[in-house]
Amino acid sequence: MEDTKGGSGANLDRDRLCAFYRHMWRIRAFEECAIRGAEAGEVFGTVHPSIGQEAVAVAVCGNLRRDDILLSTHRGHGHTLVKGADPYAMMCELLGRAEGTCGGKGGSMHIADFGIAMLGANGVVGANTVIAVGAAQRLKKLGSDRIVACIFGDGAVNRGTFLEALNWAAVRTLPVLFVCEDNRYSASTRTAELTAGEGAAARGRALGIETAEADGNEVPTLDAIAREAIARVRGGRPVLLVTRTYRLTGHTSRDPAGYRPQEELAAAREKDPIRRCADLLRLAGLEEAELAAIEAEARREMAEIYERARNAPWPRRDLAYTDVQDVGAPTERPY
Amino acid sequence: MPRITYLEAGRRALAEEMRRDPDVWAVGEDLGRGGVFGQYRGLLEEFGPERIIDAPISENCILGSSVGAAMTGARPVVEMRFADFALCAIDELVNQAAKARYMFGGQTRVPLVVREPVGLWKSAAAQHSQSLEAWYVHVPGLVVVMPATPADNAGLLKAAIRCDDPVVYMEHKDLWGLEGEVPEEVAPIPLGTARRARTGRDVTIVTWSAMVHTATEAAERLAGERIEAEVLDLRTLWPWDREAVFESVARTRRVLIVHEAVRVGGFGAEIAATLAEELDDRLAAPPRRLGAPRVPVPYSPPLEEEVRVSADRIAEAARALLRS
Ligand SMILES: Cc1ncc(C[n+]2csc(CCOP(=O)(O)OP(=O)(O)O)c2C)c(N)n1
Ligand SMILES: [Mg+2]
Repeated sequence: MEDTKGGSGANLDRDRLCAFYRHMWRIRAFEECAIRGAEAGEVFGTVHPSIGQEAVAVAVCGNLRRDDILLSTHRGHGHTLVKGADPYAMMCELLGRAEGTCGGKGGSMHIADFGIAMLGANGVVGANTVIAVGAAQRLKKLGSDRIVACIFGDGAVNRGTFLEALNWAAVRTLPVLFVCEDNRYSASTRTAELTAGEGAAARGRALGIETAEADGNEVPTLDAIAREAIARVRGGRPVLLVTRTYRLTGHTSRDPAGYRPQEELAAAREKDPIRRCADLLRLAGLEEAELAAIEAEARREMAEIYERARNAPWPRRDLAYTDVQDVGAPTERPY
Repeated sequence: MPRITYLEAGRRALAEEMRRDPDVWAVGEDLGRGGVFGQYRGLLEEFGPERIIDAPISENCILGSSVGAAMTGARPVVEMRFADFALCAIDELVNQAAKARYMFGGQTRVPLVVREPVGLWKSAAAQHSQSLEAWYVHVPGLVVVMPATPADNAGLLKAAIRCDDPVVYMEHKDLWGLEGEVPEEVAPIPLGTARRARTGRDVTIVTWSAMVHTATEAAERLAGERIEAEVLDLRTLWPWDREAVFESVARTRRVLIVHEAVRVGGFGAEIAATLAEELDDRLAAPPRRLGAPRVPVPYSPPLEEEVRVSADRIAEAARALLRS
């Protein structure tokens, strides 16, 4: 996200804010296309939308360098897009096409793009934190100033891997930015009901990890906090950033999310990060027409990409047998 | 007889067991909202949160706490959501639950049921599609059950809950919506008894779980070519019904073992080897196996199709067996 670089601290300049706004719309438009694709039966596997959580993606991933390492979750389209992945390749992956980021082998939950140091979304909750620690250990050994950013949900902090990874990163002083994207839900469960104490932030502090908390829907402050956190991690130690946000859709595109109160949803819509960013841009003097043009351009871009991707070629069937392993790979007569 | 789905059959069986035995409880993620697939719908309302236990995303503790509860008299039904996530708690299952009775010289039992939905389903890809039954069959101490029909999902789940051993209970995700006749009063089905899904004289197809239906489809196709295939649904992999398999194969003299799981190291190998060792003189041809290639499950439909054991492939393998 090159065009968001060079802002001036918390006093965001208009261009930087505009860039955030544009990227949030790109994420949302991408996912709205994916959801429609799932409804149309063209996107086959499960889609976990991050609609309502776009600010975390733009503020965290927008402040990473291209060579910084990123690990994401099952809800990772936004993170990956902002890190710099090609939305066409991502859409092809969702549609199971040969030009997908993983050649169609992974789907939405396993998008990875090692070309931009994006080491993968993950289908197993809490699996990425320990992998992140290992990547950071490697970077430290190389004497690199690259860092690792590892994003996970509020539900993941109840897995043992959360404790193991944070502890390890702390005792070995590793450059990992742990980002908890707290959207209040673990699938259909209200996470707070099953999480003791003060949750992620308190656990980070208890392990002696520098911990920051932020409103995950308020782009300018989140941007400043993320930038500061990343600078510290680049200085060589782990930081935990807990962002408070809200998932405006169901857990998956198929989930009607009847388990959450309508009032809660209505209140969360008021805090939609895109709306809040638009309000700030209005204050900064942007005209309605300019705001509308940004949205329209994002929608046009993603609709065009979706259309191209759904006409893209399928993978050849024999590719099912490639990239399993070097030694003892599947034989020519697999059946 | 009323027709209900495979999912509903399991739900009812669990509810009936919970009514019968106050020591039975269920634990897992999202159970309060009916479970990810709806297998627990309505149970919280009936049994309350002390018996339909909502768990955090803490697989080690979901399974590990159930081991502790089972050793002290509870009979937990443990929901792992997808068999793939049960791997997060493999220590609790394999090193603890499966070993406790033996290792402690028979002082304890661990009567729990671990529900692990398996199988290819809606392009779920590599981390949500696995069928790992053979791993568990390999572990002494565990019982492994894989129901194929609604009636069996009721009768076998009841038997699993009443069993004093730890049971790995693998439902197939693609069968949730399958309808079939289920009696009002379901009796537990003895673990280790196979079911003849189709009678035939030319070849025996031994299979389990969703493949029972695929194999039956293949058998119908073969019937059009005057090949009569017998389909045996094993239902329980450990213990497996050797008598039923031996009896059928001794009649047909040809056997094809079919499973959705990867063929290499699959449970088909165990059956084939046993038949080769013990029934060799009755076999007209060596036992044959059909399973998935040794490839992680890919996402894209044409690739997923490539690794799927289809009715076509089963029919072809059966024809080849009859030619040999
Ligand atoms: C180890 C493991 N357990 C359970 C699941 C099923 N599952 C997928 S997403 C999810 C909820 C995750 O909640 P959270 O970490 O808050 O992330 P969010 O979905 O809210 O982004 C669950 C339970 C899984 N993928 N992996
Ligand atoms: Mg969450």
